[in-house]
Amino acid sequence: MHYDAVVIGAGTAGLVAGARLAEGGARVCVLAKGVGSTHLAPATIDVLGYTPARVSSPAAVFDEFAASRPDHPYALLGVDAVGEAVRWFLGSVAAGPLPEYRYVGDLERNILLPTAVGALRPSALVPSTMAAGDAATGERVCVVGTRSLRDFHASLCAANLRRAGIDARSVDVEIELDRADANTLGLARRFDDPAWRAGFAARLALKLRAHESVGLPAMLGLRDPHGAWSDVQRRLGRPVFEIPTLPPSVPGMRLFEILRATLRRAGGRLVVGAEVVSADRSGSRIVSVATAAAGHDARYGAPWFVLASGGFGSGAIELDSHWDTRDRVLGLPLRGLPEPGEPRFVGDYLAEQPMARVGVAVDSSLVAEGADNVVVAGAALPGAVPWREGSGEGIALASGSYAARLVLARSGAPAGAAA
Amino acid sequence: MSEVGGVLEELMRGSLDHCVKCTICETQCPVSNVTPLFPGPKYAGPQAERYRVLGEPSVDSSVDYCSGCGICSMSCPQGVKIAEINSQARNRLKQQKGIPLRDRIITRPTWLGRAGTPVAPVANFTLGFRPLRVLGEKTLGVHRDGAAPKFAGRRFSRWARGRTSPPTGRRVVYFHGCGTEYYEPWEGEKVVQILEHNGFEVVVPKQDCCGLPLQSSGLFDDARKVVTALARALVPYVRNEPDTIIVGNATSCTLMLKREAREILSLEDDPDLKLVSERTYDICELLLELHDRGELKTDFKPVDEHIAYHAPCQQQGHWIGKPALELFALIPGLEVSEMNARCCGIAGTYGLKAEKYDIAMAVGADLFAQVRESGANEVACDSETCRWQITHATGVGSVHPIDYLHRAYGL
Repeated sequence: MHYDAVVIGAGTAGLVAGARLAEGGARVCVLAKGVGSTHLAPATIDVLGYTPARVSSPAAVFDEFAASRPDHPYALLGVDAVGEAVRWFLGSVAAGPLPEYRYVGDLERNILLPTAVGALRPSALVPSTMAAGDAATGERVCVVGTRSLRDFHASLCAANLRRAGIDARSVDVEIELDRADANTLGLARRFDDPAWRAGFAARLALKLRAHESVGLPAMLGLRDPHGAWSDVQRRLGRPVFEIPTLPPSVPGMRLFEILRATLRRAGGRLVVGAEVVSADRSGSRIVSVATAAAGHDARYGAPWFVLASGGFGSGAIELDSHWDTRDRVLGLPLRGLPEPGEPRFVGDYLAEQPMARVGVAVDSSLVAEGADNVVVAGAALPGAVPWREGSGEGIALASGSYAARLVLARSGAPAGAAA
Repeated sequence: MSEVGGVLEELMRGSLDHCVKCTICETQCPVSNVTPLFPGPKYAGPQAERYRVLGEPSVDSSVDYCSGCGICSMSCPQGVKIAEINSQARNRLKQQKGIPLRDRIITRPTWLGRAGTPVAPVANFTLGFRPLRVLGEKTLGVHRDGAAPKFAGRRFSRWARGRTSPPTGRRVVYFHGCGTEYYEPWEGEKVVQILEHNGFEVVVPKQDCCGLPLQSSGLFDDARKVVTALARALVPYVRNEPDTIIVGNATSCTLMLKREAREILSLEDDPDLKLVSERTYDICELLLELHDRGELKTDFKPVDEHIAYHAPCQQQGHWIGKPALELFALIPGLEVSEMNARCCGIAGTYGLKAEKYDIAMAVGADLFAQVRESGANEVACDSETCRWQITHATGVGSVHPIDYLHRAYGL
């Protein structure tokens, strides 16, 4: 099959690149080995959280941060690219398939939201269903748990919030479930049912005190999260917010659905189950890639490819037992590897690990070294440590958007198509 | 044969070590999302597999509630062969607990078809006659409301034998499957006409069932016999003909030939099946590839209709996306609503079984609601059992996607 552009990877970066290419008039196909990172992450848009000091305004420190790290994706992209991508994202959510579901926030101020264990995490944009959790509100908080959900401990979350100076307590609400292995997804489906959530809200209301907001694990509906959240909030008569959970991430599933629908609405294809197993080259260009379909490989040719396959986390970049590191998707050269003799890892697990900055080597236009028609986006890029910097979604949005713009500009698609 | 091991089965089983317990398969599983009877692909697959010791009885029977749709394997970002592991576990469980008579009957479309076709009016009346269906549920365990097809009363192969495809030098082998043979021969007639319109000489070999119903009910030995017999029937047409391919419209049966028989039934080493597997195409896959090469005729007349399209799990299992949607886009006037639900619930024969009918209907509830809300006049879907289920549940008629190409060509 032939396309104007083929995107490899259906995480945030790949879906954004695919959607924006399609919106720009390109015939685009997004290939994914499986369903990816969206379903595992909190679905907040973290642009810059730590430098390593906690960042209160990403916009204020961005240039200084980028200048000190010339190999960082942000140094190559610039703050305007991030701002443009954020504006596109907010618009796409608003035009998306989930009625009235929105993201709020901007690059001027980070919102501090509690994690499942009650740590405070800085994000630039958050779903409106989470916004009332912002520590800056100074509200008293009641964290609500249910014993059925074994991976969410309300008392632990509240205790850690107290350590951070927030007046927090916890309550447990019994939820009758007919299964031992409940997760947030099963509960989210229940919250989509107005009668069920009315009953839940009534039971919870009995346990609440005056003047406290309510934090619930992120499970307030999958189909109509805005409807479920606003209904529960109205019934309880106080601010209610979702707290991101361990996987499966319900807000992450919503985010995937929004980006998938944006891609499809613009006419882009999505093929899940399509692991890239080989690539055909002509000189310094990739001509086509083959995926392992049933029976025989399927081949996808294009003048441009966007490599958004992720890093070590997705398995796209691999470190084997011989200490060899490679890009498993296209076999492109890597950058950021520790020099021979230098440590690859350091003793403190949570310290900045030298291997963490490894990515597919790119030039200043994010074009891969050794493949002139491959643009790299997201966690496959070298130079960043997203989990320490709190920068993963910002990089994914901005580089995915940038890759689409670059491809549209260089392939002469309709002018002005890329915003 | 029951404990056929082999390199591939070891690879399937070995893939469970790639499971990082991320739960993505659980977000996708149509069954575990609607019933606690199936605890989900991660639990029944990579987790429980560690406790399944060869030669010892299985400790957990919940894997029987897996419908075998394969969505978990497709969604797994780590490449764990979850559905395949579960299918093999289900087979071992069936051997341990014994195979119900029902499963021996409803997994034999050829027997049913041969018995029902000559007496179609009587057979159709019987299948639609409630007291007998109630009796069938009580004695056999086939649900009284399970979506049963109607015998066409004629066989596709008779039609095919009565005519000759004009020789054009471009041959294609047509694998029609049992659904086309006994229940919907008109779908096969349309496939042949579309292929001939595009310059192919269509060969229809004598053929039989692919064994998928047997396999999905855990009758692996019987399934192996049936699918290798089919491979023997098809392979002479492609063995010395490097440019000849096999095409089918029954998407679950073409998937069985392409991959499932080899991976789930451990027939990786069968050379005939291997060649057949590599050469088999789904009809929409083939037509879209022809279009990509500029070889598909596009003399389409407008078809002013609004339809819903559901890509069934087994079509998704080809791992080629949704080629039907790309073909629909070539037809002027055709308005298509893409359904965004995972599964209709039937999973071949799963939804016919008395103890699973309600689960199957709950699985399909999302899809049925979307079909109704779409306002579409008709549903296009690549799998016959899914079509029967959708029509059974919604009352909206359903056809194979190629029906619209056939109409647009004016054939």
